[in-house]
Amino acid sequence: MNIIEVKNLVKRFDDITAVDNISFNVKKGEIFAFLGPNGAGKTTTIKMFTTLLQSTSGKVLINGFNPSTHPNDVRRSFGIIFQDPSLDDELTAFENLEFHGVLYNVPKKIRRARIEELLKIVELDKRRNDLVKEFSGGMKRRLEIARGLLHHPKIIFLDEPTLGLDPQTRNHLWSYIKNMNQKENITVFFSTHYMEEADRMSDRVAIIDNGKIVAEGTAEKLKKETSSQTLEDAFLKLTGKQIREEGAKNIDKLRSMRRVWRK
Amino acid sequence: MEKIKKYSKVIYILWLRQLKRYYRSRARMVGSLAQPVLFLVALGFGFGPIYQKAGGGNYIQFIAPGIISMSIIFTAMFAGIEVIYDRQFGFLKETLVAPVPRWTIMLGRTFGGATVATIQGIVVFFIAILIGFRPENILLAPFALIFMILIAFFFTALGTAIASPMEDMQAFPLIINFLIMPLFFLSGALFPLSGLPKAIQTIIYINPLSYGVDGIRAVLTDQMHFTLQTDFFVLFSFAIIALAIGSYLFSKIEV
Repeated sequence: MNIIEVKNLVKRFDDITAVDNISFNVKKGEIFAFLGPNGAGKTTTIKMFTTLLQSTSGKVLINGFNPSTHPNDVRRSFGIIFQDPSLDDELTAFENLEFHGVLYNVPKKIRRARIEELLKIVELDKRRNDLVKEFSGGMKRRLEIARGLLHHPKIIFLDEPTLGLDPQTRNHLWSYIKNMNQKENITVFFSTHYMEEADRMSDRVAIIDNGKIVAEGTAEKLKKETSSQTLEDAFLKLTGKQIREEGAKNIDKLRSMRRVWRK
Repeated sequence: MEKIKKYSKVIYILWLRQLKRYYRSRARMVGSLAQPVLFLVALGFGFGPIYQKAGGGNYIQFIAPGIISMSIIFTAMFAGIEVIYDRQFGFLKETLVAPVPRWTIMLGRTFGGATVATIQGIVVFFIAILIGFRPENILLAPFALIFMILIAFFFTALGTAIASPMEDMQAFPLIINFLIMPLFFLSGALFPLSGLPKAIQTIIYINPLSYGVDGIRAVLTDQMHFTLQTDFFVLFSFAIIALAIGSYLFSKIEV
């Protein structure tokens, strides 16, 4: 069963096509890596999946719902860890989770039990009453993961969840995520620039470049097709070694990407 | 029915967040009191003798309602503009992907901001009393609260409406210079509205804050330019319109 279905999805900003007619499916319970160079369209795609951006054309179904016509059904279906922090620094860890639980209408009894459970899983139960502004980057990420899982989502989106974290924290994060994937059969959809992470964690991979899907399949398959030793090599063969191609047109494009990212 | 219960919980938790943040940043609390107190003392005592000589009576008595309004409009506008902060620090996204209608988020934020601004106004009211302000009839004082709440609501919603389509904090000083200051100075907060040049008077008449200041002044000191009914209905209508526009603009936010 497909929990994410994407067909001929397009997103245009003014005259730049950020996402150019992409199609793919993600199966329920799968760990799916969404890879691509900077400005390839990863964040834009995730924003369309999560109702933060309207698509220009094409079809998206998240847990069977269309984000444009049934945003609230879609929103109930997923949890998300954004690329940048999205916690309220002036609230405590517990208050951030409580806020989320109320917003998602999780009944008090279930909410409190779930908060306890998740705080233990991400090893923050002793810091529950500390203000988030006192937390390190890794602790904030852990708290965001707990928050993303709080309302029992069917899918969790992670947009470069391990960016800037040390290997210890990265490993811990992945063990929580893997654990929830197995225990609650949550579908995991993540983007990352760490290719070995994608190789190790994902069941399947899609690579997006210049708004188009250039490869899709298991990491093994992509390595074999490009006769590469590692996924990183395969990635470079598929997307090119240039930092981004020639011409002023592309500088404009990058600039507009930055505009999207900053928002 | 189920929906009303759900939505009021959402509004409540956003309101609570706003109050907690206010309570925790005492520096902000004290800082935002400094300006009204300065105005009250410097203008109140500075212009007091001239005002008295001109036959206006006690100036502190006259400007206290104006300064109370000032503290509310500043706090309320900034509470509204917190949307920009939340956008900058990422928290806005958390509320925008929540499975609730955007207007409930907007309403919760506005309730929270308006509550904080009203509290600020009440504090300034008591400071004014310490400085020598004497309400005409202390039993009527709670009615001033109605106008304080309306001013708070209007300006929180207005701040949210202005901040919703904005991208960055650079717009901050612009809003203050081009909006808050003129609204305050041209509202009758500092001087009586009779005998003014036509142009200034027209501006004052279309400034919603004028009706708020007049309402508070009417209730607290028995001096008024418009009528209490006019004050109430004009301000009330403006508050509703601002809430509607704010909700619309807030619901259009794309992050």
